Amino acid sequence: MAVVIALVLVAIGSVTFHVLSPWWWTPIASNWGYIDGTLTVTFWITGVVFTAIVLFMAYCVLRFRHRPDHTAEFGPENKRLEWWLTIGTTVGVCVLLAPGLVVWHQFVTVPASATEVEIVGQQWRWSYRLPGRDGRLGTVAVRWISPENPLGIDPADVAGQDDVIIEGGDLQLPIGRPVKILLRAIDVVHNFYVPAFRAKMDMVPGQVTFFWFTPTRTGAFEGICAELCGLGHAVMRARVVVVEAPEYDAWLERQPTFAPRVASVQ
Amino acid sequence: MTAIILYVAVIGSIAAWWLSRQRLMAKPWLEIGAAGETPGTGASEIPPAKLGLWVFLAVVGALLTLFVSAYLMRMHMSHDWRSLPTPPMLWFNTVLLLLSSLGLHRAQIAARIGWRHGIEIGLIAGGLSALAFLAGQYLAWQQVMEEGFGVATNPSSSFFYLITAVHGLHLAGGLLALGKTAYRTARGADLAQLRLGVELCATYLHFLLVAWIALFGLLLHG
Amino acid sequence: MSTASGHLEGVPAAEVEDVELYHPHSWVTKYVFSQDAKIIGIQYALTATAIGFVALVLSWLMRIHLGFPGTFDFITPAEYYQFITMHGMIMVVYLLTALFLGGFGNYLIPLMVGARDMVFPWVNMLSYWIYLVAVLVLIASFFAPGGPTGAGWTLYPPQAILSGTPGGQDWGIILMLLSLMLFIIGFTMGGLNYVVTVLQARTRGMTLMRMPLTVWGIFTATVMALLAFPALFVSCVMMMLDRLLGTSFFMPALVVMGERLSHEGGSPLLWQHLFWFFGHPEVYIVALPAFGIVSDLISVHARRNIFGYRMMVWAIVIIGALSFVVWAHHMYVSGMNPYFGFFFATTTLIIAVPTAIKVYNWLLTLWRGDIHLTTPMLFALAFIVTFVNGGLTGLFLGNVVVDVPLSDTMFVVAHFHMVMGVAPIFVVFGAIYHWYPKITGRMLDEAMGKLHFWVSFAGAYLIFFPMHYIGLLGVPRRYHEIGEMAFVPPSAHTLNAFISVMALIVGAAQIVFLFNLAWSLRRGKPAGGNPWNAASLEWQTPETPPPHGNWGREMPVVYRWAYDYSVPGAPQDFIPQNQPPAKAAE
Repeated sequence: MAVVIALVLVAIGSVTFHVLSPWWWTPIASNWGYIDGTLTVTFWITGVVFTAIVLFMAYCVLRFRHRPDHTAEFGPENKRLEWWLTIGTTVGVCVLLAPGLVVWHQFVTVPASATEVEIVGQQWRWSYRLPGRDGRLGTVAVRWISPENPLGIDPADVAGQDDVIIEGGDLQLPIGRPVKILLRAIDVVHNFYVPAFRAKMDMVPGQVTFFWFTPTRTGAFEGICAELCGLGHAVMRARVVVVEAPEYDAWLERQPTFAPRVASVQ
Repeated sequence: MTAIILYVAVIGSIAAWWLSRQRLMAKPWLEIGAAGETPGTGASEIPPAKLGLWVFLAVVGALLTLFVSAYLMRMHMSHDWRSLPTPPMLWFNTVLLLLSSLGLHRAQIAARIGWRHGIEIGLIAGGLSALAFLAGQYLAWQQVMEEGFGVATNPSSSFFYLITAVHGLHLAGGLLALGKTAYRTARGADLAQLRLGVELCATYLHFLLVAWIALFGLLLHG
Repeated sequence: MSTASGHLEGVPAAEVEDVELYHPHSWVTKYVFSQDAKIIGIQYALTATAIGFVALVLSWLMRIHLGFPGTFDFITPAEYYQFITMHGMIMVVYLLTALFLGGFGNYLIPLMVGARDMVFPWVNMLSYWIYLVAVLVLIASFFAPGGPTGAGWTLYPPQAILSGTPGGQDWGIILMLLSLMLFIIGFTMGGLNYVVTVLQARTRGMTLMRMPLTVWGIFTATVMALLAFPALFVSCVMMMLDRLLGTSFFMPALVVMGERLSHEGGSPLLWQHLFWFFGHPEVYIVALPAFGIVSDLISVHARRNIFGYRMMVWAIVIIGALSFVVWAHHMYVSGMNPYFGFFFATTTLIIAVPTAIKVYNWLLTLWRGDIHLTTPMLFALAFIVTFVNGGLTGLFLGNVVVDVPLSDTMFVVAHFHMVMGVAPIFVVFGAIYHWYPKITGRMLDEAMGKLHFWVSFAGAYLIFFPMHYIGLLGVPRRYHEIGEMAFVPPSAHTLNAFISVMALIVGAAQIVFLFNLAWSLRRGKPAGGNPWNAASLEWQTPETPPPHGNWGREMPVVYRWAYDYSVPGAPQDFIPQNQPPAKAAE
């Protein structure tokens, strides 16, 4: 009997915990509500399956537990039942997969209107680079990296001269404008993750990765490194501030650009 | 990862073909009876050592194919690949390995007809040319080194040393087994036992020849 | 059985000359350098348990550090990462893989298929000793300068071999890679044995479709491991060269702490592809033997044939095959071509179907059974609960876009601990309670077993179920301290501390288990040859524990499948596999 009670407790307790849990994802601040939606659907379907299976087990143990005059029934298989279960499972899996793939398609399709922002990870801090007035980011290479040029921008590239570089400060983004985040790492693999935006991607040395989103809420949002990058992994924090467009433009105006830094060295 | 996926697909097809002959659709609870009364009972008649070798070859094949996969991926993932000047020595070495394989083939024929002396000649010829192959590979390393390609110079040369070393180590392992068989032949061991030993050595050497030709082709391609 | 026909072609003779058997004469060849698969299996199991206990202690240290920030500061961040790495690697490779294949595989395969031993006993012995060396090399890294590697069990380059990671520029990573390579060589030797023994050494009448599912599970897992482990071997060799000779297989041009390294053009993603090409099949290399064993536990202790035996076999084979084309679901946010996500999400979710069928069939075996709530059965039931829970959260992580917010969070940690940590270990426990009487001739103590079960089950569930919700908050994995995060409410820290306390309790319960193992060896109730009234062949040996050669002078002949339980009209509620038809009908 203890087993039956335990199984029922597992089923009911898990559902109760889920419903009453104060531990839930942080309110969303981007356009990826669909990801939350897919997650919720997945919770529902898997929750029903889990509860049904555990309760059925509890019933079996209760009903078919060993008693002196009780015997088991020999029954090798039941093709019809097995087919129905297979088909039912397949349908359930399709219901989960289909919306997932649709949303993934959105996730990997960057809108043409998205502005580019580069985030560079290194042990153990973040730097940001935004295109200047020309709207383009200059080319970069590891061989250009130096104390004066920590992001390795090609000094000869015209497009790079007005690039805005932020080291150690917060990244600001304008609300409502899609942004394509370009990700670069110069030492090891990092991962820039702001839970409120839901999107994340590894930044891999030697290549440029990306994700995109549209901020939908103003405020300051905390970001973290989500890929083990050595001893300082846990202290690699970031802050992204989403503001209205005019405020953003004013902020951008105040940030240092690449050209003067190079000039100062020369 | 295309190469290894294809490889696993081939192994999977062989497994599927074999399984398809194992009566997997049978309903075992209906088939009650002794051996022989139901078809397909008992194990196959291939000697375990022979089957064991084939399974081992499948594992070595997977290992080498993974190197091939890594080679191709590394080649195409980045732009720093410089093609390696393939030392002409490698062509000569290929002939040596071919000779070794032939020697083992002769030994196998001799074992089949029960000609002990023929087994010895075949094994020694095969073993010596395999040793010559290994020496030749070492010379090829030196030639590549002289061309200015060290282990870390370029991924093409890193892979060259790595792949030839892995292949060479497997060949060296095969030579140990070959030596043991030759020793047993000289001691006048039982012919049936010798036949199996020679066959295993020959299979292994043939496999390493085929593998070398594939790897050589890959190195030429890079 | 003495009348069994010995003249059939293509089947081994019923009787063998005594001289053909290898009888060890000295204590050393009998118990140390033994070539008997059963002894080798026990050696594997004991070594795996010992190193597993190290991993358990490491998990305690990690949990107290993580659960009570500031209180246990004698554990430095570097040590935390070393513990987490060693814990993961030990549990996945050196404990679970070695225990299921090397331990249970060695002990059970020859007995279950009716063989005298593995087909290559000497190679089999070598396999264990190389495994032992691999374990010792791993242990050695704790004492090497700089300590063991702290790169995480996935050992992702570039950080794995750089100075920002513990052991990266010291001995740690070198010893780790060396140990893995040794493990793989040793495993390959054992694996050849398991495969060829199942193929070639089955006794007369033992068709594939009469084999117990345990053998099917271990056999399929071994085939997969033989094809998957080379991928880890290749990655280890290449990383070793990157580390020692400065090659650039995985290492791109880097600037580390202001210093430009000599590497150029390598690809960290190449490592990830190779690693997960091994790593994902590895999950099933652990899961399939567990599936097989738990099927047999449920069938024996519910006194009912396993339901849908054929489907179970097919599902094992299909899962094994599919598991080779799902590896990149570990890499959805790795920066690989995002369009791969479509393919790998689809293949990953397809695997859910055969896996679900197995779950249904376990439940349908319980249905209309005669369920004896013995300790093995309790662990089997707990396996179903935890496996279903962990399997269902796999549907979150496998479904590419849902994985995006959850990957690299504690949700992933909770998921894989539930599905390939807790669940298979419950099967290990169940299996040990089940087969201990055959191995030693004595029963394990039931009262201690029940205590062990209840604490382990309730505790493990209370650890890992709430942990999902910590991950849902956005708390990342592999943080040596959670610290202050704007999106984490203070109550989550209380939950985190609770998890640590539960981890200590569950760990302590394992001491009861170890004590029980030792205590029952001498004082356990004598078991007799077949205490569970099981039908499969390993319970029909003439002697218990079975001596070398297993079957005495005469090999068993198999007349039926392994699941003839509660057959209508039979005098008992089980019919042994080697019982001739006429006798059974009496």
